[in-house]
Amino acid sequence: MTGAEVANALFVATIVVYAAAMFSYAVEYAFDKRAPKRAKALVASGGGGGIDADADASDEAPTEAPISPAAARGAGRLGLVLTFLGTAALLASIVVRVVYTGRWPWGNMFEYTVGVALAGMTTWLILVTRGSVPRRLGLFATFAVTMVLGTSVRVYTEAGPLVPALDSYWIIIHVTAAICASGILLIGCVFAILHLLKRAHDRRVSDGKPVRFPVNIAERLPDATALERLTFKIHVFAFPLLTFGIIAGSVWAHLAWGRYWNWDPKEVWAFIAWVVYAAYLHARVSGRSAKANAPWIAILGYAVMLFNLTAVNLVFGGLHSYAGV
Amino acid sequence: MTATLTSQPRKPKAAKRFRAFWRRWWHQLTAMRTALILLLALALAAIPGSTFPQRSISTVDVTAYFDEHPDLAPWLDRLWAFDVYTSPWFSAIYLLLMISLVGCIVPRLRVHWKALRAKVPDAPQRMSILPYHRVLDAGADANQTRARAVLKQRRWRTEVREHEDGTVVIAAEKGYLRETGNLLFHTSIIFVLVGVAAGSLMSWYGNRILSEDKAYCNNLQQYDEYGLGAWVDETDLPQFCVTLDEFDAEFTNGGPTAFDADVTYETTGDGGEVESGEYDLKVNHPLNIDGTNVFLIGHGYTAVVTYTDRYGQTQTLHQEFLSMDAALNSEGAFKFPDVNVDPATGAVDPDAEVGFDAILVPTFDDSTAMLLGSDPELNNPVLALTAYTGDLGLGDGLPESVYSINEDQIASGELEQVNDDVEVIGVGDAMTLPDGTTLTFDGVEQYAVLQVRHDPGGPVVLAGAVLLLLGLLPGLAVRRRRYWIRWNPDGTVETAGLNRNDFDGLDEECDELTAAIAPDYEPPGPSTDRSDQ
Ligand code: HEM
Repeated sequence: MTGAEVANALFVATIVVYAAAMFSYAVEYAFDKRAPKRAKALVASGGGGGIDADADASDEAPTEAPISPAAARGAGRLGLVLTFLGTAALLASIVVRVVYTGRWPWGNMFEYTVGVALAGMTTWLILVTRGSVPRRLGLFATFAVTMVLGTSVRVYTEAGPLVPALDSYWIIIHVTAAICASGILLIGCVFAILHLLKRAHDRRVSDGKPVRFPVNIAERLPDATALERLTFKIHVFAFPLLTFGIIAGSVWAHLAWGRYWNWDPKEVWAFIAWVVYAAYLHARVSGRSAKANAPWIAILGYAVMLFNLTAVNLVFGGLHSYAGV
Repeated sequence: MTATLTSQPRKPKAAKRFRAFWRRWWHQLTAMRTALILLLALALAAIPGSTFPQRSISTVDVTAYFDEHPDLAPWLDRLWAFDVYTSPWFSAIYLLLMISLVGCIVPRLRVHWKALRAKVPDAPQRMSILPYHRVLDAGADANQTRARAVLKQRRWRTEVREHEDGTVVIAAEKGYLRETGNLLFHTSIIFVLVGVAAGSLMSWYGNRILSEDKAYCNNLQQYDEYGLGAWVDETDLPQFCVTLDEFDAEFTNGGPTAFDADVTYETTGDGGEVESGEYDLKVNHPLNIDGTNVFLIGHGYTAVVTYTDRYGQTQTLHQEFLSMDAALNSEGAFKFPDVNVDPATGAVDPDAEVGFDAILVPTFDDSTAMLLGSDPELNNPVLALTAYTGDLGLGDGLPESVYSINEDQIASGELEQVNDDVEVIGVGDAMTLPDGTTLTFDGVEQYAVLQVRHDPGGPVVLAGAVLLLLGLLPGLAVRRRRYWIRWNPDGTVETAGLNRNDFDGLDEECDELTAAIAPDYEPPGPSTDRSDQ
């Protein structure tokens, strides 16, 4: 096999393993009945309390469940192992590409997207190993990352050499920062969605309304406040990285294109994303109703990021277009 | 009488109302919520700049848009759709945001300046209302000296108060850097904007296509395209000349991998002293001449042809071609306005001018039916030619593309197309026209596209951006919190903590502090500490 084939095989293996992990988490998520009981303990004000991965374990096995909570937790552990495995395979795939092409691996849209997936999954694994988030929520993280990987296949490009403008150490600085920020923000967006789902769920329950799909998914989610705080923390972590990535990009633009800011479509949309995320951070400290809407702004922010990655590369063209497909 | 009575107090009342009105608006404008809305509005307003071609980026694209949408474009133009980032509505939003920002920063600076010098406030009477609160039994080993040492070592700012009833309170606060960073961050946004504004007023640039062995000097006449900031005068441009000695493009698998331009430059200082140097100009590796940067931003091919006219006179032309695609299939034109002049009489025949529309294909593949190649490298260059004779229309004083034959002249019949089918010739070959004249394809040279730019705002913007990042990190990561420890007259010791930013970990940190101050204090498990809320 050539290097490219090895890299591609590892890439396919990653998707398969992530899909298996997703299934395992789904089993834990559905059948580990401890989950909703704990939510009460997490209502925290001021300081204190993220989402405890393992609080009180009152194993009252539901009679109708075909899988016991213990077995479900076993599935969850398997899911975590598979997530680590898949991430290792993804990393290996990228490393093989580096060796094969002899260059930094962010040369086209496919490679960029794969990098975002790796950054997202790594963020997730760090959160789980630190105990900031319950393992069973891996269902949503692996789903999001697998979607990203699946999309990247559509823009697959043979590993080739870099065009001269990309041949600079700034690619390491600028693109790596952008990839890490996108990966972390992906997870942040997942939490924003989960928070909104949980909030909708809680509202329906307190209104005594029936809870239907997809809101009923939220039943086993941690407390809405805890989800919101985690959403915020992730964004707080990613925002300086995004800022740095944009600054590094403009330094590079100065060197490669002769002008630090060209209002090129990619730059316009990066600017928009940055402004939207700044709005998110402000919304969170601007009073109750703005804070309630903040998660929507965070989701809007990620929608802008995705638009910048896909539509701007494929439709708009511009100076960044050689980094496209 | 009533009139005099009422008219007196009315005036100050109106002024008061006026002031109140403005104060209310000022409050509105500097409210956090307004900043939020303005930020979202700015994001929205930036969008059209990516969907419509912008004059500041490419006037060619804007012209093309006008050609494609002749009805819509003038209307869009009235809404500044082609100058979004200098449009009144975009400017209005960011100016409002800036005013709001200044209105936000100034009071916060004042408050923060005071806070930095104020004493840490005393503990509330009932410390149990605070989110973190512990009571140590009478006789707990918590002495004040140790408390001061512990807090000092952890860089808390402290204030000791002894009350008349014998109560002693140490108040401690930490995390002032958050607001410092936050203010630095918001202030640096203004810096960045000042830099951008300075740039648009004081910068200038010029683009120049330069073939190998050619030189040009830094004045506007010698640029293909240029722009001057409002405060820049043509005579301010520094004097220098640049020669392109050699240009190299490397290709791998049909894609370019390196461009390399060897240039020689010569500057003339204010006192007339001349300095010169050589530079290896590359993409990502500009040449800096006294603060003016010369960038390599593109490249292309120059076709060299020789025309032999009816009288056997020859003219050689080095003509730059514009690339049409990634494979560098390029278009251009050869124009010979002063040929076919009888050397014996010197009689000029204005209808004997000759021009050629041409496509340069770097790698022509004659095994396919396609003219255009897919390889940008010069493996089998050909010219595809259409010849015209007649009046090229160069003398009419109108600006004229050097890359194509004037279509109006063809349409009006002043130029006559000579060959119906495009003639393809390789290097060394010649195209023969019906009148016996020939065009020989001598070879292909390379040219570099240089951009020369001077932007004194750039370093200001960069400094602002670095400050922005430096302020952002503590502004987001540091959290402000307070801690109190109180020795009550009854011998008990109380500790309490308060988060001034919404973050986790207050209990853990305060417990750790309490344990360091009173070694026999045992922090309760995490599950119990919330039951008392
Ligand atoms: C160009 C416009 C602005 C941008 C890009 C911007 C950006 C930011 C960012 C990224 C933060 C996050 C830092 C943090 O949370 O501490 C922040 C915080 C903050 N901003 Fe702005 N801002 C802008 C305008 C304003 C204006 C006009 C105000 C006043 C109304 C304001 C008030 C604040 C405050 C009070 C915080 C602190 C929030 C906290 O303590 O968590 N900002 N800003």
